[in-house]
Amino acid sequence: MSEEEKRAGEQEPAIEASQTPPEQARAEAPAAEPAASEEKPASAPAEGEAPVRRKETDEEKAARRKAALEAREAAKAAAALAAAKPSAAAAPSTGTEAAETAEAAPPPPPSPNQPRLDRAVQLLRELVAEDAVEEAAINELNDDLPTLVVKNERWLEAAKLFRSHQELNTNYLRNVSGVDQETHMEVVYHLLSMDSGHVYAVKVRTDRERPSVPSVTPVWQTANWNEREIYDLLGIDFPGHPDLRRIMMPDDWVGHPLRKDYVPLDSEV
Amino acid sequence: MIRTEELLLNVGPQHPSTHGVFRIIVKLDGEIIKEATPVMGYLHRGTEKLAEDLNFTQIIPYTDRMDYVSAMTNNYVLVHAVEKMMGLEVPERAEFLRLIVMELQRVASHMVWWGTYLLDIGALSPFLYAFNDRERILQLFNELCGARLTYNYMRVGGVKWDAPEGWIAKVKEFVRSMHDKLAEYDDLASGNEILLSRIKGVGAYDAQTAIDYGLSGANLRSTGVKWDLRKNEPYSLYSRFEFDVPVGRNGDCYDRYLVRMEEMRQSLRILEQALEQFPEGGETMGKVPRVIRPPGGEIYVRIESPRGEIGCYIVSKGKAEPFRLKFRRPSFVNLQILPKLLVGESMTNLVTILGGIDIVLGEVDC
Repeated sequence: MSEEEKRAGEQEPAIEASQTPPEQARAEAPAAEPAASEEKPASAPAEGEAPVRRKETDEEKAARRKAALEAREAAKAAAALAAAKPSAAAAPSTGTEAAETAEAAPPPPPSPNQPRLDRAVQLLRELVAEDAVEEAAINELNDDLPTLVVKNERWLEAAKLFRSHQELNTNYLRNVSGVDQETHMEVVYHLLSMDSGHVYAVKVRTDRERPSVPSVTPVWQTANWNEREIYDLLGIDFPGHPDLRRIMMPDDWVGHPLRKDYVPLDSEV
Repeated sequence: MIRTEELLLNVGPQHPSTHGVFRIIVKLDGEIIKEATPVMGYLHRGTEKLAEDLNFTQIIPYTDRMDYVSAMTNNYVLVHAVEKMMGLEVPERAEFLRLIVMELQRVASHMVWWGTYLLDIGALSPFLYAFNDRERILQLFNELCGARLTYNYMRVGGVKWDAPEGWIAKVKEFVRSMHDKLAEYDDLASGNEILLSRIKGVGAYDAQTAIDYGLSGANLRSTGVKWDLRKNEPYSLYSRFEFDVPVGRNGDCYDRYLVRMEEMRQSLRILEQALEQFPEGGETMGKVPRVIRPPGGEIYVRIESPRGEIGCYIVSKGKAEPFRLKFRRPSFVNLQILPKLLVGESMTNLVTILGGIDIVLGEVDC
């Protein structure tokens, strides 16, 4: 396999180089480097070249490892596809953001949860607002977890719908996590319907300077302390929360420790 | 005319019946609680923040210290999440060892609860019985991984130590003897008149409230909701074994007591089957890359700890350290219902209800 790779590497840069400046070509085709190393020892086995060569073989190894990993991933995807139920494959897809999951080269593996995600998106768009859903995707890494990004302003209504609509019926809020994504803040809700066993993840994004997400404590009591914890550690405001105070840190603490830009007062700690 | 006035009473953070450094401020009218405000954070160590600078193998010991009464299940939730992210295979022998230690841990954890709970209520001897038998489990763990409380036993892809010679036979012997011990526990306390009058009908709530408050574990099952992640969303090898999920009816402290007692028996049942099927030889570590680097993305996994649903949410950016690591700690979530339960109860019942929830402060504060 590595043989093929090397040969491919030798050919590609030749074509690329004719069209693009060399630097760009190198960036586009990293496989070119290991190929070059193959030529060197044959033509000039000088001593000075040795360290250079070793460095390049390392890269070659990395490339090979990467290729092997990709192959394994592809095989896994194919296996998952084979295992998928035919009914799921035939299920209608509105194709909202399904394109994302269909990126892999082998035939797109439709997740058995895709119809559920599509239905949730449809319900939110019909019953909450047309613009309620910003993104929707299947998180394949996490057992094909249907993941939605809900518009901040619409979240409280959407949460009520999630809770009360008989098709969604997510009566159990498993977990609330706050994430500082550096460009924005995110609150992630993991929802569960205890009757059907269906699970969803809902993300709500907010601005980093004045982060604020509507509180869902009136909808799920579980959110109460979870939101307090997120407020404490990340500084996200939850308007509508009955008792938004710090919960872990002392009341007079300055700053919110889980923020990525947090600077501890005592640098030795 | 007798003048009455409300009294503000501070309980904890240094108080034996709060099981750690938990503080609760109660407003009393005579002996009746009008309002209760829990105060936490005395044991907050910033585990989640620390984890952002550590690689996954380095985080495992930190999970030990969250729920230090049930460190094995905490180990598992983290390594399980990483394995799932990376698509790693765990050898069967390692998975069996994990399951065995997790079930032993459940029994040990419930024993601690049983002993200390009865101690809270005023019965001293059950505590001695429970800790005597728990000690045997700790000895087994000590032999297996050289630690009694914070094991740091599991690794991404397997377990650190294989079972030493004769260990499985010892566990078998322990499980065999434990059945009689549990019967003894019941004889000792379960039907005791004083105990019944202290815990029956106290701190009751219904299934709807339990779900609304996100309770899990025995706190949820005592209301009659048959929800156990080992059955409902099976992980590890639990789908291979036969066991029942005990549920209560009334959702009071007594039902929680009964559910936990029965859970110990069911754990022994799982252990018997697992020990019987324990594979002869084989690896205890799977094929794991030298640097554990999960692909970019996120995952939420959950397992049934002795206290309920413990979850681990990892956001990875493809580095060796997690970008964000969040634990869903069952004690923290279960404790939320406390202020609601306490209103209208007498001061004596505060201890009964708090103990019945079964919290570990290391986990509440994280």
